[in-house]
Amino acid sequence: MSEVAVPEMMMPPPAMPAAFQVEKPVPGPGMGDFSYVGIDAILEQMRRKAMKQGFELNIMVVGQSGLGKSTLMNTLFKSKVSRKSVQATSQEKIPKTIDIKSVSHDIEEKGVRMKLTVIDTPGFGDQINNENCWQPIMKFINAQYEQYLQEEININRKKRIPDSRVHCCIYFIPPTGHCLRPLDVEFMRRLSKVVNIVPVIAKADTLTLEERDFFKQKIREELRANGIDVYPQKEFDEDAEDRMINDKIREMIPFAVVGSDQEYQVNGRRLLGRKTKWGTIEVENIAHCEFAYLRDLLIRTHMENIKDITSSIHYEVYRVRRLNENNTAIAHANGTGQILS
Amino acid sequence: MSSCIKLGHLLWYIYNIIVTLTQTCHRSTVHGLFSTHVQSGEGARAVPLAGHVGFDSMPDQLVNKSVNHGFCFNILCVGETGLGKSTLMDTLFNTKFEGEPTQHNQPGVQLKSNTYELQESNVRLKLTVVNTVGFGDQINKEDSYKSIVEFIDTQFEAYLQEELKIKRTLHSYHDTRIHACLYFIAPTGHSLKSLDLVTMKKLDSKVNIIPIIAKSDAISKSELTKFKIKITSELVSNGVQIYQFPTDDETVAEINSTMNGHLPFAVVGSTEEVKIGNKMVKARQYPWGTVQVENENHCDFVKLREMLIRVNMEDLREQTHTRHYELYRRCKLEEMGFKDTDPDCKPFSLQETYEAKRNEFMGDLQKKEEEMRQMFVQRVKEKEAELKEAEKELHEKFDRLKKLHQDEKKKLEDKKKSLDDELNGFKQKKTAAELLQSQAQQAGGSTTLKRDKERKK
Repeated sequence: MSEVAVPEMMMPPPAMPAAFQVEKPVPGPGMGDFSYVGIDAILEQMRRKAMKQGFELNIMVVGQSGLGKSTLMNTLFKSKVSRKSVQATSQEKIPKTIDIKSVSHDIEEKGVRMKLTVIDTPGFGDQINNENCWQPIMKFINAQYEQYLQEEININRKKRIPDSRVHCCIYFIPPTGHCLRPLDVEFMRRLSKVVNIVPVIAKADTLTLEERDFFKQKIREELRANGIDVYPQKEFDEDAEDRMINDKIREMIPFAVVGSDQEYQVNGRRLLGRKTKWGTIEVENIAHCEFAYLRDLLIRTHMENIKDITSSIHYEVYRVRRLNENNTAIAHANGTGQILS
Repeated sequence: MSSCIKLGHLLWYIYNIIVTLTQTCHRSTVHGLFSTHVQSGEGARAVPLAGHVGFDSMPDQLVNKSVNHGFCFNILCVGETGLGKSTLMDTLFNTKFEGEPTQHNQPGVQLKSNTYELQESNVRLKLTVVNTVGFGDQINKEDSYKSIVEFIDTQFEAYLQEELKIKRTLHSYHDTRIHACLYFIAPTGHSLKSLDLVTMKKLDSKVNIIPIIAKSDAISKSELTKFKIKITSELVSNGVQIYQFPTDDETVAEINSTMNGHLPFAVVGSTEEVKIGNKMVKARQYPWGTVQVENENHCDFVKLREMLIRVNMEDLREQTHTRHYELYRRCKLEEMGFKDTDPDCKPFSLQETYEAKRNEFMGDLQKKEEEMRQMFVQRVKEKEAELKEAEKELHEKFDRLKKLHQDEKKKLEDKKKSLDDELNGFKQKKTAAELLQSQAQQAGGSTTLKRDKERKK
């Protein structure tokens, strides 16, 4: 800890806070920590509280069937959190309408408990006529916001409101190598306004590196052209440091991922990968695919930020809209046309 | 034969044991590289992990976010003037905060709040210290607690308003709710004053109260223990709920429970430094010795600092938000007439009820307005009628006077006429008389001449 000089005491005008800095000397052998107040102990207290409470994370995976959504989820969380909807032996069943299946799991790592909810959308984009296939999903997301809002407005509300809002939606882009399909564009355009979307290129082991770069560039151009703001959104960067970090990420999206839950022996180590006749694709090797970047983004560095944006921006937008709706509905019912601020 | 059966039983028994063992093993199985054993929460399946995922960095992410954001902490100091509140704050946070000590002649209890920004290593703290000025100085102290309760309620209200706004900015809102209330007890050595009891009773459901014995260097050690016991028993018998340090987290449960037994803390505050041995310590110097502030044998200052700042600051903030604020919110909303819904009817919207209430209120207002308007109209009518009456009267009077005046005039004219007549008559008589006189003179002139001649003859 560096020593900070104590400035002379200033008499501030009553409205403005005065800035004081507390000196923290290096505690010597015989000296007690004499001018150390202990304010930074609050960090430790917060950490303890967080560990006790545990965390919640809700991820939604959207994409056509067969793109490896469940496998990717299992690889991300290194456990069987998602059951493959299509078994190898049974008949392939394409559901007539889009189902929304949400399964929760409790996982723990080094004392940190997390309630992970994976929301699966089998049937998305699988029909012949895919018009309005995003509607059930939008309805689901809004229903979660609604549930949270209702709980929040309650008079007797719980100590910790259970958070079932969708924090992140991973959208799987099929690896065509050309450009985004109209379905992709339409879906992402609509949903980027209500939830954080992270687009990924699924089954990226079918693309060579040049094809991959070309594909990514095309996708980025198209997203820009259509005004789709995917996570990390440019407008929510807080300061220059954030912007720098997020710019680096934005240059890499969409991540080209490969998922696998089987281990193979490579160079004497057991690694997750896919074994083919021409070689073994290592999932966690950044030279092979960008799974590690996705995992780092989602879990290790930006998880808190994702949840923050969901609760303070997307949820607030929904809340404002909903409360205003109520307002105008009542005003019209009364025939006064007066709107409360 | 029987030995075979026995063997059979034994084998069966062993088989059962093995089965149960494998079953239990299977539950906490080790597959993959390594895994951890978890308990399942309600509604969720516990899943073991087969590798390092990385979400154990979540608490770090959370802490980083909070550090960037900064913290805020608000302390309220309640106590009579001259008990050393400002000095204690200075000593606790190691800086010189305020200006001059307050006078004793305040007419009522006021609350003065000051905000300071402190920084230690990378933690920024926005500290607000609220002082009660003039507490206990009045002759009639019945209303002393009211301004304090009002202040606390105002802070809750401000937060509630912000929370209920349509467009709100909760995460950048400067939280002014009082997190801890340090109640300064005068060191009489006997018991709590009735003012103290009343005030603490009013405050215990609104804020976390930590009672402390101020200027405790005035009490000797034996008296202190008796004093503390008396105070705690009085608090318990009056049902005052002071803040108990939380004992549910194992890391701090032990220290918190021991500290709970030391309440109320006997503190001494001092910003002056005295050289003891070869180091400078904060102390108060008397002719008979020096009271060292940070010496645990001399006073409980270190305990207070430990509990208030280093161990339980976060818990104080949490209690304020989840217990006291929620209670206030519930009471306030119920007062305004909202109620929660039954589970089977349609979810109620706060906005709807608010709108309905507003309409009701406006309706009432309009009715009142109508009433007042009618009353006003009535009054105007009455006044008009009165005025009309008065006008009529005036007219009549005027007519009467006019008539009188005319009568008089007529009389006068008559009189004048008769006077004129008289005058005319007189004039006529006069002319006639003059005529006669002139005639008579002429005739008389001759006669007088004749008379004169006769006389002369």
